[in-house]
Amino acid sequence: MSKFTPIPAREPPASSVGVVGWVRTHLFSSWFNSVLTVLILWSLLQIVLPALQWLFLDASWGGANSDACKTDFISPEDGEHYRVDAPGACWTFTKVRFVQIMFGLYFAAHPSEVWRPVLMFALFGGLMAPLFMPAFRWKWQLGVFTLLVFPFIAFALVHGEWLGLPVAETNEWGGFMLTFFLAVGGIVLALPIGIVMALGRRSDLPIIRSLCVFYIELWRAAPLITILFMASNLLPLFFPSGVDFDKVVRALIAITMFQSAYTAEAIRGGLQAIPKGQGEAASALGMGYWKNTGFIILPQAMKISIPGIVNTFIELFKDTTLVGIIGLHDFLGSAQIAARSPDWKGYDFEAYVYVALIFFMCCFAMSKYSQHLERKLDTGHKER
Amino acid sequence: MIRGFVFCGESLYSPKMLEGDKTGQVVGRDIPLHRDPKIRAIAFQAAAVLFFVWALWTIGSNTVANMEERGIVLGLSWLDKLAPFQVGFSPFLDNVLGENIYWRIFFIGVQNTIYVSFFGIIAATLLGFVIGVMRLSPNWLVAKIASVYVEIFRNIPLLLWFFFWYFIVFLPALPGVRESISFVDAVFINKSGLYLPLPVAESSSAAAVFLLICLAAVVGVAYLVRWARKRQDWTGKQFPALSASLAILILVPVAGFYVSGSPYSLEYAKLGTFQLSGGINLTTEFFVVWFALTTYTAAFIGENVRGGILAVSHGQTEAARSLGLHHGQNIRLVIIPQAMRVIIPPTISQYLNLTKNSTLAIAIAYEEIASIWMGISLNTTGQALIIIAMTVGVFWTLSFLTSALLNWYNKRVQLTER
Repeated sequence: MSKFTPIPAREPPASSVGVVGWVRTHLFSSWFNSVLTVLILWSLLQIVLPALQWLFLDASWGGANSDACKTDFISPEDGEHYRVDAPGACWTFTKVRFVQIMFGLYFAAHPSEVWRPVLMFALFGGLMAPLFMPAFRWKWQLGVFTLLVFPFIAFALVHGEWLGLPVAETNEWGGFMLTFFLAVGGIVLALPIGIVMALGRRSDLPIIRSLCVFYIELWRAAPLITILFMASNLLPLFFPSGVDFDKVVRALIAITMFQSAYTAEAIRGGLQAIPKGQGEAASALGMGYWKNTGFIILPQAMKISIPGIVNTFIELFKDTTLVGIIGLHDFLGSAQIAARSPDWKGYDFEAYVYVALIFFMCCFAMSKYSQHLERKLDTGHKER
Repeated sequence: MIRGFVFCGESLYSPKMLEGDKTGQVVGRDIPLHRDPKIRAIAFQAAAVLFFVWALWTIGSNTVANMEERGIVLGLSWLDKLAPFQVGFSPFLDNVLGENIYWRIFFIGVQNTIYVSFFGIIAATLLGFVIGVMRLSPNWLVAKIASVYVEIFRNIPLLLWFFFWYFIVFLPALPGVRESISFVDAVFINKSGLYLPLPVAESSSAAAVFLLICLAAVVGVAYLVRWARKRQDWTGKQFPALSASLAILILVPVAGFYVSGSPYSLEYAKLGTFQLSGGINLTTEFFVVWFALTTYTAAFIGENVRGGILAVSHGQTEAARSLGLHHGQNIRLVIIPQAMRVIIPPTISQYLNLTKNSTLAIAIAYEEIASIWMGISLNTTGQALIIIAMTVGVFWTLSFLTSALLNWYNKRVQLTER
């Protein structure tokens, strides 16, 4: 009797594996899907190719004025030469007006001072980079330094008075830098208020709880524009007549108030995700409210709520464009102003595309990072 | 030394501190007041209330002093004064140029906010469902296009979309008044918007008869649907309720229109020197606000829809298949009703967001509450306190109504488990 030897399994048919298999199951699984695929591919070609042509191939990149974006045109009617807009994008515009769009009017008018915001952003990048390195051991200390000390360094560098540099008044700040300051400043200042409000909302004390609910819902119910209007019109009324804030500070206060309510809700989500047993175990060990909250509940809750806070930050980052409505020149506003200046009239499409691209890159990267964090931090504490 | 609380019987409510004395005997001692949880609770809350009242009082007295200094009279009498500007767009409220008091401006603003939000909500819901279902399509290209749509709209600020649609797309694309695109001289499209014929009632009694007939049709349809459902519950027999209702809703008003003696005639827009007049005018600004809000919010609603459908466990589909339901029935009768429970609450929040975001219309001067009330009226009267309070009040009311609706819905659909 011969020994039983199983025949090795047959290879799957070539049409169901590899590239061919993937294309068959994902693009041409039925006649309907096949028609759909062909139609979509065709219309994508119609849209994407001209777009790429406009964005890159036909675009003008060099030059120092709007003439670089124009081309000769001989009119068939009168046979004369005209300079008309070239068919591609005019990136000469964003190149020449880069400083204004990025750092605002002051630095555009004083090119010798541009190193200050550049150094500020470089410092910020240098401080943030180690936070993303898994091997870096001083993350916690570096994070606290970035939160507490860096804002002063940034202000000193950009404003310049503390360092004896030429002063850049805050009302001349603008561009991406202003958007960055408002968004980052807003989230940093909102964080402590948000923590207090989230804890208050979950407190056992009825008056504290209702005050915190009132605060949170007050800001969450109103659109950011009304809060910005409040800050620019009502804030001066609320303080004794001598006290006056400049526009940037007013906007920052409004954004902080607004953001603190959303941060509080994100943190509340984190607090709710901590199993009750954690707090009870801490009480059983003899910890009072503050120790219990500070050492047991908050560290775990904050960790869980980081993705939520990042998400609210993305929303805030986009929403800072609204400060343009109360007369600040943020990123979007600066680009718009640059595109309406006499020598660059008519290039507002380029301005919007440029701003949209940068916003997209920032927000997309942050949302992907927040999703990554959510997976990484998921230690199974969440009750499902 | 032993320290600790006694947590048994009575002493739970009047905690005493235990301390071993020199002889090792344990004696109870009243704990100091600042450690007593009850006293601490009262003290904390009293401090919070005091702080709150102090802050309110300081702000209030400063405001009164500052307003006196600037010569602004705190009061409501200015609301009855004539506003020195005109509002161009008001679909329902009468808007006589130069004869609007501020109260009316406020209500026109509220009306326009609700008007654009209403149409935005409907369109965003439809588009959002399409996007959400597309993201789950077995066709890779379709799913990718939907996810690219979502990422593009979510990651670019709404204000930029407003500018983009208004200044780059629609204003340059639309023709001037003289070159209006027209359809059979009834519908016009140009830079200042879309013009539709306006139905005008010729005799009010005949119009009332017509409206009554329409109302009767609606009520009849409601009863028909209830009857059909009841019959299916009892007998299992199905009735084509959808097509029957549609037929009633179309045929009865058409018949009623002629029965009541054609009570409405159409008023067409006419070309004047500089603009079209008459008819219904939906301004370009209205259209752009509606379009921007719809496309932006649809990305968020699409994500809700996708999440909701994914939340229905695959076992449901398998069970439906094994009962013999085909794909369409499975989606319509099994998946969607269960997914709705997950989809609706975050979608209602998106409706509120859409309404709040409609204030961005101030940037392109669509005449809603932020632009004509918080913007222009504030500038002409200087009554910042009352105007902003009223504006915020509108949004508080809307968000209160939204959360009431959410709570009601959540209670209604909550799974009753063991």
